[in-house]
Amino acid sequence: MISSRLDRTLTYAVLVLFVVIALVPILQIVSTAFSSNEHAQPGLLLPDGLHWHNFVDAWQRGHFGSYLRSSVIVTVVVVVAAALLSTMAAYAFGTMRFPGVSVLFYLFLLGLTVPEEALVIPLYYDFRGLGLTDTYWALILPQTAQSVAFGTYWMRTYFSRSSREITEAARIDGAGTWSILWRVLVPSGRPAITTLVVITFMWTWNEFLLALVMVSSNDRRTVPLGLAFFQGQHSSDVALLAAGAVLVALPVVLVYLVFQRRFIEGMLSGAVKE
Amino acid sequence: MPDRVRAAYRRRAPGEPRALGYLYIAPALVVFVAMVIVPLGQSVWYSLFSWDGLSVATWVGADNYTALFSDPTLRGPFLHALVLLIFYSLLPITLGLLLAAAMSRVRVRGLTFFRTVLFLPQVLAMVVVAVTWRWIYAPSGLLDEGLRAVGLGGLARSWLGSFSLALPAVGVAGTWVGFGLCMVLFLAGVQTIPRERYEAARLDGAGPWQEFRAVTLPALRPQIAVAATLTIVAGLRNFDLIYLTTAGGPGNSTAVPAYEVYHRAFEIGQVGSAAAVGIGLTVLIFALTVVVSRLVEGGR
Repeated sequence: MISSRLDRTLTYAVLVLFVVIALVPILQIVSTAFSSNEHAQPGLLLPDGLHWHNFVDAWQRGHFGSYLRSSVIVTVVVVVAAALLSTMAAYAFGTMRFPGVSVLFYLFLLGLTVPEEALVIPLYYDFRGLGLTDTYWALILPQTAQSVAFGTYWMRTYFSRSSREITEAARIDGAGTWSILWRVLVPSGRPAITTLVVITFMWTWNEFLLALVMVSSNDRRTVPLGLAFFQGQHSSDVALLAAGAVLVALPVVLVYLVFQRRFIEGMLSGAVKE
Repeated sequence: MPDRVRAAYRRRAPGEPRALGYLYIAPALVVFVAMVIVPLGQSVWYSLFSWDGLSVATWVGADNYTALFSDPTLRGPFLHALVLLIFYSLLPITLGLLLAAAMSRVRVRGLTFFRTVLFLPQVLAMVVVAVTWRWIYAPSGLLDEGLRAVGLGGLARSWLGSFSLALPAVGVAGTWVGFGLCMVLFLAGVQTIPRERYEAARLDGAGPWQEFRAVTLPALRPQIAVAATLTIVAGLRNFDLIYLTTAGGPGNSTAVPAYEVYHRAFEIGQVGSAAAVGIGLTVLIFALTVVVSRLVEGGR
């Protein structure tokens, strides 16, 4: 069939074109990150060797070592706290019935749509009043709350679909709600929890506005803020800036490559309306 | 089942109201209320004052909100945001549909690879996207060099420094971020359309365009709604890209509400006005989300 062969060729041509469009801007950063600073310039060119020292320079001179430490601390705490809190809340929303259950759930849903821009001003003055600006708390608490909104919504879907028979069997065996949650539902809900964890990880790692508003000292800066700061200070140091950009993006990209399906599933779920 | 067990089981049946639920919700609710609901209320309260962040605030009622319509430096950002939605939302959806239409006629191998690569821009920090696109638009950057390579060097210019072109230039960066998401959504959708519908359409003599209009487009309705909601919400929330590429300039030509909130509250000391912009943005996001879901339901 000639037409089907033509269709096939055309389809792959379009796909490859879009793959190139998606990759070229990223490749320009990666190739510059490996170039010597004399050779490096904005644009797509082959690196003049593999200058790994750009990453060492970014780590030390560009303070990325310190930025990465702040990012790791904030991200780990937010991911763990949000996963715990939203799993517990979603368990109640998904499997129990009590007065006000739907009102409370809609309150959490509201948090999915409210933009950070509507919260950041009072958050700044509240934390300043408590003397907590420029601490990790100012980054951890608001981001935990925003992730809890998504996490509760996401995990509730899993819990309300979870098998009644297994839960009831466990209950007849004398298990309380607490051990049903942790011994039965959480182990079998690993895929849903993985999605929640990787999505929260990405959001927290990439967060910029909150860090920009809350953080003023160098050793509290997270990597995205550090990169923006670095761009302002050393915009001519192209190779170093590129190496810094790679350091910012790499952790998320690696996790994405491993958990690609979970990422996509989680990010596409945000628009589902009840 | 012994009667005793059955009675115990019934007493704790799954549908039964249990106050225990509040205990499970409490920790999440406390954090959520303290960090989202209370600040949202405070934002509304702030927006009713004229306040520079330092001295005593003066009550101005709804003045900050009427200014959203009357003050050109506030109306402008909202108009820019709507223009950007063409790039952040409409273009990615159109490109995604184009791809879906092409793919509906063929079973593609290596779908996982294509999906992984096309979705990749979505997971990059906006800071990295901003660095990337600043370079593309830089003098002697990828765009200018590309234009020179095809003999259009005369078109090369300072893209992000142009009053008329900076906004679309930032918009194209947003298109790059969003197109993969739409494609991945529509690819997944198009693979679930039964082949018989296409065969039936072809038997009726439908060409590629009629086939797209009669089969692919209606079947992808839910996916289009999801894509529109996600890209609209993400587009209107997008502060990082503007702040890091143009900082609203040149002049105010690329200022958007998300940027204006930060600029007014933390750079020029107009906290009340900034809060009103933030609340206005929230209302706009809610309104557009509702419109999108109504459009989809209305068509069903």
